Order: sequence, then C-alpha cells, then structure tokens
Amino acid sequence: MTDGGATLTAAEAAFLVAAADTIIPADELSPSGSQCGVVDFIDRELAGPYGQGVRLYRDGPIVKGKKEHGYQLGLAPRDFFRIGIEAADDWTRATYQKNFAELDEAGRQAALTAMETGKAAFENFNAREFFEALIAIVMEGFFADPIHGGNRDGAGWKMVGYPGLPADYRATIEPNRGKRLDIVPRGIADRR
Amino acid sequence: MAKTMKHVDAVCVGMGWTGSIMARELTKAGLTVVGLERGANRTPAENFVLPTVRDELKYRLRLDTMLDTSVETITMRHEPGETALPMRRWETFNMGDGLGGSGLHWNGITWRFAPSEFVLRSHLTQRYGKNAIPADVTIQDWGITYDELEPHYDRFEKLCGVSGKAGNLKGQIVEGGNPFEGPRQNEYPNKPLILSQGGAMFMKAAQGLGYHPFQTPASNSSAPYTNPEGLTIGQCQYCGHCEFFGCESNAKASPNVCVLPALMRDSKFELRTDSYVSRLIYDKHARKVTGVVYIDRRTGEEITQTADIVILSAYPFNNTLLLLLAGIGQPYDPHTGKGTVGKNYCYQTIGGVSLFVEEEINPWIGTGTSAASIDDFQADNFDHGGLGFFGGGYICVSGSGGRPIQVRATPPGTPRWGTAWKEANAKWYNHNLSLTSHGCNYAHRNNYLDLDPTYKDAIGRPLVRQTYNYRDNDYKMSAYVTAKAAEIAKAMGAKIVNPPQPRTGNFGATNGQATHHTGGCIMGTDPKTSVVNRYLQNWNASNLFVMGGAVYPQNAGHNPTGTMGALAYWSANAIVNQYLKSPGALVHA
Ligand SMILES: Cc1cc2nc3c(=O)[nH]c(=O)nc-3n(C[C@H](O)[C@H](O)[C@H](O)COP(=O)(O)OP(=O)(O)OC[C@H]3O[C@@H](n4cnc5c(N)ncnc54)[C@H](O)[C@@H]3O)c2cc1C
Repeated sequence: MTDGGATLTAAEAAFLVAAADTIIPADELSPSGSQCGVVDFIDRELAGPYGQGVRLYRDGPIVKGKKEHGYQLGLAPRDFFRIGIEAADDWTRATYQKNFAELDEAGRQAALTAMETGKAAFENFNAREFFEALIAIVMEGFFADPIHGGNRDGAGWKMVGYPGLPADYRATIEPNRGKRLDIVPRGIADRR
Repeated sequence: MAKTMKHVDAVCVGMGWTGSIMARELTKAGLTVVGLERGANRTPAENFVLPTVRDELKYRLRLDTMLDTSVETITMRHEPGETALPMRRWETFNMGDGLGGSGLHWNGITWRFAPSEFVLRSHLTQRYGKNAIPADVTIQDWGITYDELEPHYDRFEKLCGVSGKAGNLKGQIVEGGNPFEGPRQNEYPNKPLILSQGGAMFMKAAQGLGYHPFQTPASNSSAPYTNPEGLTIGQCQYCGHCEFFGCESNAKASPNVCVLPALMRDSKFELRTDSYVSRLIYDKHARKVTGVVYIDRRTGEEITQTADIVILSAYPFNNTLLLLLAGIGQPYDPHTGKGTVGKNYCYQTIGGVSLFVEEEINPWIGTGTSAASIDDFQADNFDHGGLGFFGGGYICVSGSGGRPIQVRATPPGTPRWGTAWKEANAKWYNHNLSLTSHGCNYAHRNNYLDLDPTYKDAIGRPLVRQTYNYRDNDYKMSAYVTAKAAEIAKAMGAKIVNPPQPRTGNFGATNGQATHHTGGCIMGTDPKTSVVNRYLQNWNASNLFVMGGAVYPQNAGHNPTGTMGALAYWSANAIVNQYLKSPGALVHA
C-alpha cells in the first residue's frame, strides 16, 4: 500500500512494499510496514535532499576501502536504492524465478535472510550493504515522527510504548517510578 | 584581489564554546574582537522550537545541525603508509557547524579531569617506575596543574549552571559526591537533577558492590538559574532530546544561551557568520600571525582580516589544519618522532553492556545526563600494578532518552526483523538499560593528523588525514573497565545481561561513538615536544592562541568539554593580565 509517486517507480514501490511488510508483518502489535506508511516515507526521503545525497561527500577518487572506512560509494541514496532493488530482483529471479515482490511470505523471508547473512550474491552490488540500508530506512519509516509520512497513527511508537513528544516530565518522574505510563503518543503535527 | 577589513585587536576563528568564551573575555578587557564562524547564525529561540525540535529523524539521523560532509570532512586510515579514504557521511562522530558549534547540540556532561591526568607522565613514572610506560605510548605532562586550573573550572561551571554534587570540597570528602575528584573550592551552582529510574538502580547496585556512585555533573539545569553574565538558563524538562538537539527551554547550557547574548550586546564585538577561514597569514620572521583570510560564503569573496591577536577556536581538526597550511611549526613525523603539529591525536575509548530488567524504565524520560556514574575505575584511581595498561574510564548508566529509531536494544538471539523481532521490541523497550565504560585514550606514536595528499574540501583546502587506531593500552583498559560494568549490570538485578562489548577491533568510521577529539596542537613545557605553551600560546607565533581539545597531550576518560572551558578562561586570564601588558612570549623556552 503506497501513495508513492514522489520518485519511486511502480516496480521499486512493489519491491519496497513487499520488503517493508516482511520486515514489519501485520499482527496484533501493529499493521504492516506499508500500511504504516513506511514506503511513502521512503519515497519522500529518496525524493528529497537526503535521497539526492546533498550532504554526502562525493569527490573522487572513489576507492573500495576496508569495511572500517564506511560508505565509500559515490552513489546518493536514491541511486543506491535504484541499483540495489534492481540487483535484488535480478538475484531473486535467478534464484527463485520471480521478482522479490512476487514471492510468497516464506520466499521473501528466505530471500531477505540470504541478503542479511551475506549468502545472496548480487551481480555487481553488495547484497549485505543493500540489506543494511534497507532495514535502516524501513526502521526510520516505522519509528520516525509521523510528519515524515511513516509511523502512521504512531503505530511504531504504540508498539513499544514511546509517547512521542509530550514536553515536560518534571512532575512525572517521582510519582511514577517503576510504573508503566500508557501515554497516547503524539507527534509534531498533533502539537502545531 | 582580496578585500581587507578594518584591523581589530583580536579575531576568533570558530564560534563554539571556546571561541565564544574567548571573545567575551577579550571584549570585556576592552579589545575589539571579530568572531568568524563558517556556519549559520542561529538562536535557540528561532531555530529550535516546539514541536519541530523533537524530531529524531531530522536531528539525530539526518544530522541537521552538523557539519555537511560535502563541505568538509576528514580522511582516515589505521597506520602510516596506508591510503586514507574520506568519511563520506558521518557514521561515527560528527562535527558541529554554525553559531555555538557543537556546544549547541552537546549532551552537557560536564567533568573536571582528575588531578593526576595533568601530570600523567611524571605521575605514572613516579608510581610505577621509570620503565613502566611503553616506548610507543607518547603521553606527556600538560605543563599546568589541576590546582592552577581549579578556579577556571569553577568559572565554567558557573557559566553553565552545572547541576551536581561536590565530592571533595577544599579537601573534605563529601557524602554523595564523587570522592575521586580533585579538591574544589565551591559546590556546584545547581543541585543534581532528579535521578532517572535507571540511575537509581545503578546507584544502589554500585553502592552494594562497595563503589562510590554519584550523579553525573550536568549542564542541564535542575532549576532556573542566572549565570554571572546575567543570562538566564531555564529548568530542565527531562524531555529526552538533549544530545544532537537544540534545547527549546534553554535549560541546556550552550554558548548561544550562556555567553553569546551578552557578547552580542557589546559594541566592541562583531560576529560574522558564513565566514569560512581558509588560511592564517604567518610572518615567520616576526613570529606572528598578522591575520586570517576567509571566504564570505554569501558572496564568494576572499577577505583579509588583520588582528593583533588570533584565537584558533575551530575544533582540533581545523586548528591543526590551519597551522599545517600556514607552515607554523614542524609537522609531526611518526617515523622519527620529531615535529609537533598533528602529534598525539587522541579520541575516546568507549565500551558498554546492555541489560534487561523487570522494572519499568520509561527510557523516554531523560536528560543529557540525569543518570549516575562511578569513578572507581577512572584515571589512576585504582592500582594499575600488573594490569598491563594505564588509565581507565567512568562507568555510567544510560539516560538520554529512549528515542526509538535508535534506542531499541533486544536480548541476544533476537532476530532483527519479523514477528519475533516485533514481540521482543514490544516486550523489552521499556526494560532496557545500557551501561557505558567511557574510557581514556592515551597517545600513541602512530596516531596523528596531517594533510591528506588527495582529497579536498569545498574551499579547496586539503582534508585533514587521521592516522589512527585503538592500541594495546586501549583494548586492555576497555576490557577491564567494561567487565566491571558487566558486574554492576548483574548486581542491578538484570534478568538478562548481554555479552559485554569492550572496544575491540580496528577503529571504524561506522560505529557510533562520541565527538571527543583531542591533540594535534598539544600544550607542554618544551617547544620540541609541544605546539603551545601552558597558556595555550603558540611557540612559533606569540600572538596566536589555540583552544579546545587540540591542546590536550592525551585524552582522559571523562568527556572533554569542562576542561576546554576551564582552559579558555585560564588562557584569557593570561592574555588579559600578562600578554596585553607586554605582548610577546609568556614562557621562554
Ligand atoms: C552530539 C554531541 C554530544 C556531545 N556531548 C558532550 C558532553 O556531554 N560532554 C562533553 O564534555 N562534550 C560533549 N561533546 C563535545 C563538545 O560538544 C565539544 O567538545 C565542544 O563543543 C568543543 O568546543 P570547541 O569550541 O572546541 O569547538 P566547537 O564547539 O565544535 O566549535 C568550533 C566552531 O568552529 C567553526 N569552524 C571550524 N572551522 C572553521 C573555519 N575554518 N572557519 C570558521 N569557522 C570554523 C565550526 O563551525 C564550529 O562552530 C559532544 C559533541 C557532540 C557532537
């Protein structure tokens, strides 16, 4: 489920919906990742300055470093995900004869596990690095303030019991030591 | 042709904590001062307001207040001889930018270093023998003592309205404070903050083990407070958005709240933001820096600002870079051990352990520092005989707010996604704490800064190249102190204690750690082994003073900024009361 349209193609959106819903499946704890707006979030992030790599040092030479050097590709996140999703679909087609989004639940779980553990070998792209970027942006979309398009109705916050941004706990601490405070989460938009 | 501005008495390069304090002290002494800051002008009242300031994605993940790496970053490698590569985005530490520097979005943990740290080499030699320190551990004395610095620590604490409890008042050990601290003349200006749930559990467990827990000194004010500048600091609201965020209630001390409003009212001061200093103008024969050249980022124009006194307050990387580019002093060479500029670059050695408890923690209630610490395994507070390392760290409990994109540990064996992951998150989020072993980083012969031969910043200067790795002393120290942290975790009645994670492996650009960099322009008693003298005055240019962590000969286990504030006041005092009367070298080599 996605409004999409800011930058993602239909194929990319389908991949991300399938991935987000495998990483965050619907159950009694929350709706699925895409139902919570995670793919809309990714669409907006990748369309914006972050996706365009505005604050990324991209000067060459681009050299493959040690893992401790951190991110060394010159790719902005938008391109990183474009190439990564293509490579992932190529790999699932070669391995399971289907695009990732067309796999059933167990197939998607197996494919993601293979990427996570480094068992999947994408052609010309680092599957593990792709998985790490994917899970990171899905988590951002699930837990960031709803104003960014994900975490719809504070679903991620409700799951863990995070209250969002009520301002002031000065008087809350002492009387509530060791007690669970079930505060209905509120985000930036609720406070404007 | 570069445009030249009207000559001033002093210019500060960088307007974070140290630049703001220096500018304030020098204008108070009657000098005309220009503050040049590469980043934006910003005030908490305009830029950090509710509700938009509480945005974990924008500030913590996208690092909105930090230096844009496409403008400037550093390169890194582990050993001399390797090829360094740029940190293309901040994945470990991150540098401040804009008015207030990192002082705007720091956490506010405000320590004094232990007295033994300032005389480290002589102290360890005296206690453990003349051959105790390995040859490649290039630690030095600072050329200043704790007692000399004490009144200046006091000034910085009053400026910030630090909340805490004294543990050593004029030599008397005081119950509830840190008994290992050096003697202080005065109590902290504010009472400790309300203890978090995790802090209370930590205090009890540490006490039970015979340690000496106390509440961590915090520049998050426990009560409304007016500082000696007449500026008001608000009361902390325990909102859990301190580190990486501006504080909308002005309860966290920052240059923007504690110094700059007073400075801006002084007609002798002029602030120029978006002013990026590209180089120093060095007159080698006169042994003076006659001024600085900067780019006005609004027009692209190159501008010269001459001054009688130049203050480098641009954080260790730029401070060192500007000295290297100007050819002031000899660059450090790890092969010969000769040269000084770039030498003894140090960082912080941090380990930790995650634990899961039955109690409800409510981790989203937090301040920069409301939690508690012990100093029992800090510095030389314990006997290092036979341990095979020197130094140590403080152990503390988390308490900066359970912001959920980042703070969501799960027990070992939990999958990272899927239904089981969701269940574990829902179950443990409100029951997770982490203990940190915040350790020292003692200088090593092969850890240093110089100019990168390949990569450049947005104004065409070479990037600083960091040659750095953790070394034997760090690994052993971190293993020892983190094991102690794990014992405390067990004593806290934890249901699950994750395997302790001391610092192991190579330094990495990807594992989030503190922005606590030191060295490169170290202070000392001898121009052959240091860049500045005990007053932070450069040995090769008597009108040039270097501020901040850059001057630390090595880094202690405590967070560094309290000592920077104290050193800025100490240096300003020497400039105003000695240097201005007779400009020239304050120490004769
Ligand atoms: C997230 C975070 C949390 C922290 N928490 C703590 C803590 O709890 N306790 C603690 O002790 N320390 C903490 N620190 C460290 C602390 O913020 C720094 O030690 C302190 O701010 C350094 O002061 P400074 O004046 O040396 O540099 P900064 O505050 O960084 O200021 C330097 C200024 O110089 C400017 N500048 C640099 N180069 C140039 C140039 N060429 N031309 C013009 N301007 C230039 C920069 O833009 C910047 O504004 C934290 C740091 C970070 C990033």
